[in-house]
Amino acid sequence: MTPARQPRLDPLGALLSAAGAAALIFLPFVVFKTNRIVPGDPRTLLEVLPTSLSVACLSLLTLTALAALWVANARVRLLAALLGVIVVAFAVATAANALTPPGNKVVRVAAGGAFWVLLVCVGLLATDAITRLRPGPALRVLFLALFFAVAGLALAHGTFDHLSVMREYAVNAGRFAHELRQHVWLALGSLLAAVIVALPIGIVCHRLPRLRAGILGTLNVIQTIPAIALVGILMAPLGALAAAVPWLAQLGIRGIGAAPAVVALFLYSLLPIVANTVVGLKRVSYTAVDAARGMGMTNTQVLVSIELILALPVILTGIRVVLVQNIGMVTVAALIGGGGLGTFVFQGIGQTAIDLVLLGAIPIVALAFTAAVLLDALVEALDRVRP
Amino acid sequence: MITVEKLTKKYGATSVVDEVSMVIERNSITVIVGSSGSGKSTLLRMINRLVEPSSGRVLIDGKDTASEPAHLLRRRIGYAIQGHGLFPHRTVAENIATVPRLLKWEESRVRARVEELLKVFQLDPHTYAQVFPHQLSGGQQQRVGVARALAAEPAVLLMDEPYGALDPIIRAKAQEDLLDIQRRFGTTIVLVTHDMDEAFRLGDRVAVMSGGKLLQYDRPAVLLTRPADPFVSRMTGVSDRAMKLLSLTTAGEAAMPGGSDGPTVAASANLREVLSELVWRGEGSAAVLGEDGAACGHVTVDAILARGRP
Repeated sequence: MTPARQPRLDPLGALLSAAGAAALIFLPFVVFKTNRIVPGDPRTLLEVLPTSLSVACLSLLTLTALAALWVANARVRLLAALLGVIVVAFAVATAANALTPPGNKVVRVAAGGAFWVLLVCVGLLATDAITRLRPGPALRVLFLALFFAVAGLALAHGTFDHLSVMREYAVNAGRFAHELRQHVWLALGSLLAAVIVALPIGIVCHRLPRLRAGILGTLNVIQTIPAIALVGILMAPLGALAAAVPWLAQLGIRGIGAAPAVVALFLYSLLPIVANTVVGLKRVSYTAVDAARGMGMTNTQVLVSIELILALPVILTGIRVVLVQNIGMVTVAALIGGGGLGTFVFQGIGQTAIDLVLLGAIPIVALAFTAAVLLDALVEALDRVRP
Repeated sequence: MITVEKLTKKYGATSVVDEVSMVIERNSITVIVGSSGSGKSTLLRMINRLVEPSSGRVLIDGKDTASEPAHLLRRRIGYAIQGHGLFPHRTVAENIATVPRLLKWEESRVRARVEELLKVFQLDPHTYAQVFPHQLSGGQQQRVGVARALAAEPAVLLMDEPYGALDPIIRAKAQEDLLDIQRRFGTTIVLVTHDMDEAFRLGDRVAVMSGGKLLQYDRPAVLLTRPADPFVSRMTGVSDRAMKLLSLTTAGEAAMPGGSDGPTVAASANLREVLSELVWRGEGSAAVLGEDGAACGHVTVDAILARGRP
């Protein structure tokens, strides 16, 4: 550790400050388009904000950078990072408002490279500060809830309404809610199915070591098939199945749509959960299991109230991996008519409308992040009771 | 009373336990001793059917242990093991309550029993009932492990190297506590160890095993004076066997009528300790004091030495 009286340049702070400054100088802060499709006109922060405001923003960002560079106290660093987030968000919202003529719904003001780089920099600074603070699981969930509350309030208030992403949202509001629900449903549904199947497989692998290599090997092979290829492979048999069994088709099991996507996600989910179940069960102390059996617990009692409970944190870690992975991979479902936020992503790519892509991508990232924070907190909360 | 009849455990062609027969008296401590791989743990684990015998049978008070489901049998038999095997996710109180809860005792009875056992094992219920095992010291964990094994008032307690993980001072204390507890609850205890000193210290009877066979099963003194097999002498040790023999008799048992001008020794002290004391002081005899503090006779060096011969 560096002694406090001998302040030293913080390496992460130096990197982030340099990146942020370079982005502000060389990249546009916003991109102005007279309509949705024409190529944009890049503008820097100084060009879009009134001088007094841009000077204020730049000084506050400098203050954040100074804190990132020289301050060791994690609380101060976190506050500085939050200040940075607010300044960057405020600046982009104000720029969008300033560039949009009143009543005009055709011009588009998109966040530019500098905005995204700055957002990543202050985001990393905040994450680093939170990591240094080592908050307990409950506090981390509280941080997350606060973040969403503030972001939600700003969105509801219309702060960002003139930004192009929100323009796309305004056009697609009805579909957005539906696709968001579909996205969450596909991710959670495939996870749930995978848990129901993978837990028993994991237990069998633990009890019968002879089967372990074969089962884990097979699941490993599935894991190496690329997502789109797996969906493609599944389309033919599921299509044939639907043709042969009409009531399955009525349930929505067809070669295209949600079914192949859910099946693919389910197959991908198996390996992490099975592997973690095996590792988790193996980690349970042999003497505890021997004592449990020796005191007259039935096999089921030993499994449920000793082995699975003690393995739970490790199993949940596997579930966390799967959930975050699924939230990302559900995106592919949109390619075969499975719906979800990927619909916006692929539509946006088709129309070269990057804002529409972002309308799909930003919530996906937020969902994955939320899932990761919540499950990490749960794992840690459970892990605290044991040595 | 536990009757072991021609008990055998085979894994493939090798017999880990080979036709062992023995009778374990009620209210006694029987120690099974042997080197690793001798089959001593397997023999113990066949009593509560953690290992199912290949042939032979075990009777407890005349009843074949194979006549009921294994988990029900085990709830009637205490089980304590090396490394305590406490459940890390359950508090000390919950750990101790394991078997009573399996037996569906009334919750008030469970609570009372947990409190009683914590006190017996010198753990203050207010301090220790709600803590988790990892917050205890090794000796405390071991005591909770034994308390848990005794929770449902079993008539039989099986212990598999219960003190293997403890340092010598805590182990000596734990052994003393076990003798107290055996006297207090009258439990029939079967204990497995590889430590012959522990076997001599605790065992009313000692069974010596090697290669799956029971070589000798008798009182410790007989193991010393009439070993049935060279392996038994090797296990008991030859160089200090006279001293070991002396340590099996207390001053109270050896006391002869009459007084002595020498030092006083407690009736519970063993003759090895008394002899050491007399040699140290250069005295020829000692007065023996009973538990009430009154003189109950005397011992002489000559009488002690006579008892150190087979």
